[in-house]
Amino acid sequence: MSTAQLQYQSQSVAKPYFIAAIGLFVGQVLFGLIMGLQYVWGDFLFPEIPFNVARMVHTNLLIVWLLFGFMGAAYYLVPEEAERELHSPKLALALFWIFLTAGVLTIIGYLAVPYATLAKITGNDILPTMGREFLEQPTITKIGIVIVALGFLYNIGLTVLSGRKTVINVVLLTGLVGLAVMFLFSFYNPENLVLDKYFWWWVVHLWVEGVWELILGAILAFVLIKTTGVDREVIDKWLYVIIAAALITGIIGTGHHYYWIGTPSYWQWLGGIFSALEPIPFFMMTIFAFNMVFKRRKQHPNKATVLWAMGTGVMAFLGAGVWGFMHTLAPVNYYTHGTQITAAHGHMAFYGAYAMIVLTIISYAMPKLRGIGTAMNDRAQIVEMWSFWLMTVAMVFITLFLTAAGVLQVWLQRYQPNPMPFMAAQDQVAIFYWFRELSGVVFTLGLLLYILSFFIKGKQPAAQPTAA
Amino acid sequence: MPEIFTKTMARNIYLGGSVFFVLAFLALTFDTTARLPERDNRENITEQVALGKQVWEENNCIGCHTLYGEGAYFAPELGNVYQRFGNSKEALKGFIKSRPVDGIPGRRSMPQFNLSEEELEAIAEFLKWSSEVNTENWPPNING
Repeated sequence: MSTAQLQYQSQSVAKPYFIAAIGLFVGQVLFGLIMGLQYVWGDFLFPEIPFNVARMVHTNLLIVWLLFGFMGAAYYLVPEEAERELHSPKLALALFWIFLTAGVLTIIGYLAVPYATLAKITGNDILPTMGREFLEQPTITKIGIVIVALGFLYNIGLTVLSGRKTVINVVLLTGLVGLAVMFLFSFYNPENLVLDKYFWWWVVHLWVEGVWELILGAILAFVLIKTTGVDREVIDKWLYVIIAAALITGIIGTGHHYYWIGTPSYWQWLGGIFSALEPIPFFMMTIFAFNMVFKRRKQHPNKATVLWAMGTGVMAFLGAGVWGFMHTLAPVNYYTHGTQITAAHGHMAFYGAYAMIVLTIISYAMPKLRGIGTAMNDRAQIVEMWSFWLMTVAMVFITLFLTAAGVLQVWLQRYQPNPMPFMAAQDQVAIFYWFRELSGVVFTLGLLLYILSFFIKGKQPAAQPTAA
Repeated sequence: MPEIFTKTMARNIYLGGSVFFVLAFLALTFDTTARLPERDNRENITEQVALGKQVWEENNCIGCHTLYGEGAYFAPELGNVYQRFGNSKEALKGFIKSRPVDGIPGRRSMPQFNLSEEELEAIAEFLKWSSEVNTENWPPNING
């Protein structure tokens, strides 16, 4: 297969990463459908796949496919930015297989044996790290993740540091180093639940509302430079302002998780004020994407990529920004904490910010990685854009239905004069879970269409250098 | 953005802002950990409570339940389940023990975890301990 489209041959290692990301994404969504059904059909697949197992697979696959996406993005864009080949493409490929094997084995472990058995056979009592939300992986898998991350950072770091040091590369590398460093807190699991939770958030919050935003910003900036031809100086300035806003609000913003876990009450003020400002960087991302596209100096033939990039800005702002703000102030959160409102926010934020940025870079890079050209043919792009709308609109509806379920749940179970028990309230809101499941089916169709778009043949579009 | 606002200025806000807020966060963490002993009921973390936390983790309870509102939203909050079950460890143990292996037709049901008597006692102690941490009166009511 020809890779003549690539500026640097070593960029081609990104391809298996992107393919694996999409494959695991499909798995994530299928398990999402199973869980959605279990919400209304309680004993579906019970006891073979109890809800907790399905959820573990759903969330862990999400994390792993996003990590594959981030790594693929780094392998693709770092050489181009640094203007040199990747330090070691062989290492990148070896790490790919190690990471994929570890990931698949872990998922098989979740599904094949009871979790307690998995904990036993992987020696969890030697260094107990399992059984905490999102960090369910056996300790040995966690160690594997650290090894992969070290090899990856070594490879990317050497490439960045010995090449042209662009703002995008330095910001991306900072984000990736931050990702690896914060993950180390997953090995800290004290007997004291309050301390455990306090530092658990250093992985979870400081990832998604901290260092991951650097990665997101860098990838978005890269794609916008390539597709709009806007001056790098302008893009760099935006990138700095966005990540400054992200860290200034997001670090102390961790405090919005410290309201009700045993930590001092001053976090209700600190967490509230700073996290109320967290929508700002996401709003700036939207303005950034739209501004750059309006100011574009060329009409890039890959229209689908431009759509994904603008969509990322909007959906990240809605999901992370607006839906996050909705329940972030302590007096509101007192009632909404740990309800379907949280689930609604989680879905749109992860899709809008992180799933979509990975789909953006895949959309941009894949035609080149496959040796097809700067863009897919028009028919394939139209199908890809259909999949964009199907998945995105479906996700909006998933979020709206979960929000409706959440508002009702809060009212029935926590706010009305005679609050109902949990399960009684769940029965009352079941209709919204059915609608959510239906939206999930539409999302799945969108995802299948997305995959189909890679296989549609047609006449290649000619590049139009300076239209519009 | 206007030319008066240069890239260098943007970079300096990013670097200065991040360093300042990282340090502020570390200082707050130091203060929080210093205040925790009066709030987190640590004097009552017995060996049983510690074992209970391990049972909690190794059966992935957080995959369905919330504890202090964190976890999954498929099954009830457990931060005050001890009080909901009438301040009775026996009631908690009895519930966990009696879950049907094949579930309840059409309904959500907790799996049968086949816990030993020692593990049952430990998980009950852990849930009792965690209900006695100062969580600013959260959950809002007995239903969690």
